[in-house]
Amino acid sequence: MVCSSTAAPLQLRDGRKIIGTLCSFDQFANLVLSGAKERIIVGQQYSEIPLGLHVVRGENVVLLGQLDAAREPPPGLELVTEAAIKQAQRAEREAEKMKGLILARFDFLSDI
Amino acid sequence: MLFYSYFKTLVGKEVTVELKNDLAITGTLHSVDQYLNIKLNNIRVVNEQKYPHMLSVRACFVRGSVVRYVQLPPGSVDVELLHDATRREARGG
Repeated sequence: MVCSSTAAPLQLRDGRKIIGTLCSFDQFANLVLSGAKERIIVGQQYSEIPLGLHVVRGENVVLLGQLDAAREPPPGLELVTEAAIKQAQRAEREAEKMKGLILARFDFLSDI
Repeated sequence: MLFYSYFKTLVGKEVTVELKNDLAITGTLHSVDQYLNIKLNNIRVVNEQKYPHMLSVRACFVRGSVVRYVQLPPGSVDVELLHDATRREARGG
């Protein structure tokens, strides 16, 4: 395991990213993160939502990284407020839904 | 334990790990354990633009259960050796 006192980015199976200090872990990759925050990235914008102490069940862990301090925050991304990122997230979801709807309508074309 | 032993021989080589969420990471294999959890150093993500959150990550631990493929460096497979080891394991010794 990557074990350090610096912040470690954790990717979960549902696609969420949590950044926190790794306190402890076990053989299942159950993790304890302190001072955790969720980082939401939409397009070129990102925001961080404080979560506090988190215990993550191992089965949900995809990847635990080690941050390169020189490239933190990620270059090319702009920090925005929580409200702004939530709105951007909603807009993105709507756009995805619309895309799905349009694709579904044209689905019959693939049968020809 | 055969694949565990095999992956141990790949330590230090450059591999590409493709995950079940379609993320593909290339890096130097640092270590592997009995669950085939993998640690990679000096990573870079294939299709970086699509995964901006990985830009600031330099080394990572990947849980074995989320790995779909490990792409091996060419010429790193000694087929004869692997054949023998497989047969030995099948015989139970």
